[in-house]
Amino acid sequence: MNFLSLFVLIPLLMMLGLALSKDMKQIRLVAVTGSTIQLLLAIGLVALYLFERSAGNTAEMLFIADTVWYAPLNIHYTVGVDGVSVAMILLSAIIVFAGVFASWKIEPLPKEFFLWLILLSIGVFGFFISINLFTMFMYYEIALIPMYLLIGVWGSGNKNYAAMKLTLMLMGGSALLLVGILGIYFHSSADGHLTMNILEIAKNNAIPMSAQYLFFPLTFVGFGVLGAMFPFHTWSPDGHASAPTAVSMLHAGVLMKLGGYGCFRVAMYLMPQATQELSWIFLILTGISVVYGAFSACVQKDLKYINAYSSVSHCGLVLFALLMWNTTAMTGAVLQMLSHGLMTALFFALIGMIYGRTHTRDIREMGGLMKIMPFLSVCYVIAGLASLGLPGLSGFVAEMTVFVGAFQWSDTFHRVFTIVACTSIVITAVYILRVVGKLLYGKVENEHHLSLTDATWFERLSAISLIVSVAALGIAPSWVSNMLSNSMEVISQRILQYI
Amino acid sequence: MDYSNFLGMRDELSLLVVIVLLFLYDTFGSAKSLKSFSATACILLLAHTIFTFIPRETVSLFGGMYQSGPATSVIKTILNIGTLLVLIQASSWIKNEDVVIRRGEYYVLTLITLLGMYLMTASGNFLMFFLGLETASLPITALIAMEKYKHDSHEAAAKYVFIAVFSSALMLLGISYLYGIGGTLYFDDLSYMLTVSPLLIVGLVFFISGLGFKLSLVPFHLWTADVYQGAPTSITAYLSVISKGAAAFTFMMILYKVFGPVEQIWQGILYALIILTITVGNLFAIRQQNLKRFLAFSSISQAGYIMLGVISNTPVGLASLSYYVLVYIFSNLAAFGVISVIENRTGKVNIDDYNGLYKTNPKLSIAMMLAMFSLAGIPPFAGFFSKFFIFYVAAEQGFYILVLIALINTVISLYYYLLVVKAMFIKQDECLIENFRSDNASRLSISLCVLGIVVIGLISGIYDQIFEYTYSHLIFNI
Repeated sequence: MNFLSLFVLIPLLMMLGLALSKDMKQIRLVAVTGSTIQLLLAIGLVALYLFERSAGNTAEMLFIADTVWYAPLNIHYTVGVDGVSVAMILLSAIIVFAGVFASWKIEPLPKEFFLWLILLSIGVFGFFISINLFTMFMYYEIALIPMYLLIGVWGSGNKNYAAMKLTLMLMGGSALLLVGILGIYFHSSADGHLTMNILEIAKNNAIPMSAQYLFFPLTFVGFGVLGAMFPFHTWSPDGHASAPTAVSMLHAGVLMKLGGYGCFRVAMYLMPQATQELSWIFLILTGISVVYGAFSACVQKDLKYINAYSSVSHCGLVLFALLMWNTTAMTGAVLQMLSHGLMTALFFALIGMIYGRTHTRDIREMGGLMKIMPFLSVCYVIAGLASLGLPGLSGFVAEMTVFVGAFQWSDTFHRVFTIVACTSIVITAVYILRVVGKLLYGKVENEHHLSLTDATWFERLSAISLIVSVAALGIAPSWVSNMLSNSMEVISQRILQYI
Repeated sequence: MDYSNFLGMRDELSLLVVIVLLFLYDTFGSAKSLKSFSATACILLLAHTIFTFIPRETVSLFGGMYQSGPATSVIKTILNIGTLLVLIQASSWIKNEDVVIRRGEYYVLTLITLLGMYLMTASGNFLMFFLGLETASLPITALIAMEKYKHDSHEAAAKYVFIAVFSSALMLLGISYLYGIGGTLYFDDLSYMLTVSPLLIVGLVFFISGLGFKLSLVPFHLWTADVYQGAPTSITAYLSVISKGAAAFTFMMILYKVFGPVEQIWQGILYALIILTITVGNLFAIRQQNLKRFLAFSSISQAGYIMLGVISNTPVGLASLSYYVLVYIFSNLAAFGVISVIENRTGKVNIDDYNGLYKTNPKLSIAMMLAMFSLAGIPPFAGFFSKFFIFYVAAEQGFYILVLIALINTVISLYYYLLVVKAMFIKQDECLIENFRSDNASRLSISLCVLGIVVIGLISGIYDQIFEYTYSHLIFNI
């Protein structure tokens, strides 16, 4: 029994506790206790990881545990973490913690809501701790299906359509992914000792070029659908706009990162030659994502749609940076994942809180909220500034690293696309400032809004926990980026050695 | 003749004893004592299941006509478990006024078809196989017509009997061609005689078509939806899981044992059949309103997935196929259990009638949801593992494109399975079905199915055992 499995076990216990609890008080008690333990555990894991590293442990993955599951089919249950997964686990724990407080007064059926939400988090945590193709795929799918009911039952707007579209598109992605995984597995070894363990596949390095050409696009697109890569991003705006607050937070904040994480951990790491040969195609697509998402956000009128398109743009930047495959850019990609995860969760939490008061998300019907609810408005400004990359907040660190890495390429193709992607910074500023100006300043559009109240204590707790994380990442990025770049170097070296 | 040969057929004898006991009980039991007939039947079948629970020895009797071994024991045990679940489910339906007088017939006929499937799976000769197949399919006609005052039931039985006879004739024609090539009907001998020739292809096509009707593969599926809809729900459940499971297993055994040397011919045929079956089944299922028709098309596409195990033509493929059948039994019977309970209580079988069911009957809705998730292959439920393994064995033989098509179809299937979930959980209309407490037998059977759905995938020992038995059996035969 490895202590990494606690990240799956604790949510399971939470689900049991939720199933047994009878009223709202007990449900909240279980949810808060569980997510707090999870958060403390994640912080403990980071500390332990840094301690191991400083003690001189240079293994690629730490805390590895391997259990045979289905012996005849060579399926194992293997867990292990490196710097990136540790950071992603911490991110997930923070967002689950904030998400519990953001859905403090969820109606109807609170018990079922938390049960599905926690099941979703099992998938997320399980995905980040596994280093085996089978378990990774299994947890990936576990994370997808609760979304359908979470959006369908507790969502708003055109929720049936959005829920079905999201579920089917993501499942379509996972269909491609499964073929890719099986293909990788059956080519994983030259001497007949097939394995699903990612580390061993990389060590064997036996996947022939022809197979890589076939399975790299399948795997990359499979994960790319979840990473909102153009043209497979269309589930994301509808899904995020219809989902309830905590689900938008968790989905945009963490679940979309599963896509990016899978792209480099499985597709790029295991098939380096194909990455070299084919990455230009995906670079074009992700370049379009970045700019297209940003422009779309400029013309939206619904707060959630603005943020959803901004997520497409930011997540596009993650994949864009990964495809630059040098250590700096890839580290920047993970920093961008962390930064985007935190600030977008903050955005969605705030939008949920504002919507809960004004009952509209249309920016044309709101204005002057700064006078009415100063706390929420200040938080919104902070989130906006983080998003447009103000130094001192997380967005700046991430984008800076990404573009420094991207500019290391001196050929025309990469230069052009880097510059195109760079323009998104300006466009981001346009739509963020437009919303902030319209929503928070100016005169109050609606008389009824004058009587609204500011955030309650649990809403404040949810927002503050995220703001602290955003600021911490922005002010002291070096310890995170060192941790990440050490792990990312392994992957980028593996791709670069084939030049 | 050496009568001690019969002693080797332990499973069949034991089942025959159960049948005879039930028949006598039905004939001579007093009206009062017959009230516990259903319970007695279930207990006897349970005793039989335990008695025959996976023995290991391999026997070859009557000069190779009857061949039984660990692999056939595995499928027999799986069929036993499934039949037991069906019988438990049926015990509330059989109490209805218009069928209660035929209670004895129901149990005896069902078990006779089970006996037929035993003979079919354990056959070592085409004639024996044909005998088993007929024993397994003709009594079903009578079962389908059980509710003889309902027009649908009548029509379904008529359709079924015509199809059964027609497909048997086709298959016999195919078998006669094979006899013409090899001069023998014994599996072991025939496999050495086969070489690629036009005659073989014709024989093979007839044979596959005949079994295709039984398995309701597209384009031989046209009877399925009408029969499933018309038959009483317990019979539909039996037809869709047990018959199909036995036929699929035998299909693979024969293709592997007899036609193994000429696999490139039938793999091509099967390749096309699989794509057609899965796609057509899925596309038609989307449009269905009646849940029994819906599950009919869903079961057509599931048969296509089962065929992925057949096309792999490897021992591990047979193990995955058996495992798929086991999981499929639990998932589909959970769905049929819920449908049957609700149909008995309210007479409603349409998806729309289930709107808002979660509010009035949360437990039934959860059981139905788990069944749908398992059929769609969502982890951590058993259906995910069985689907993964069946794709695994097909990909192992290099059928990547086929696997990709099948996987894209799982997305389509997820759509219509989610429609049921959506009706129960998301639609907030006035629920037409009131809150009720279902009878104990149905509760027991549905709980067992749900337990199976949740547990079978996570406990790897079950698959390991199936693999060990099927693997050793096939190695022995080579």
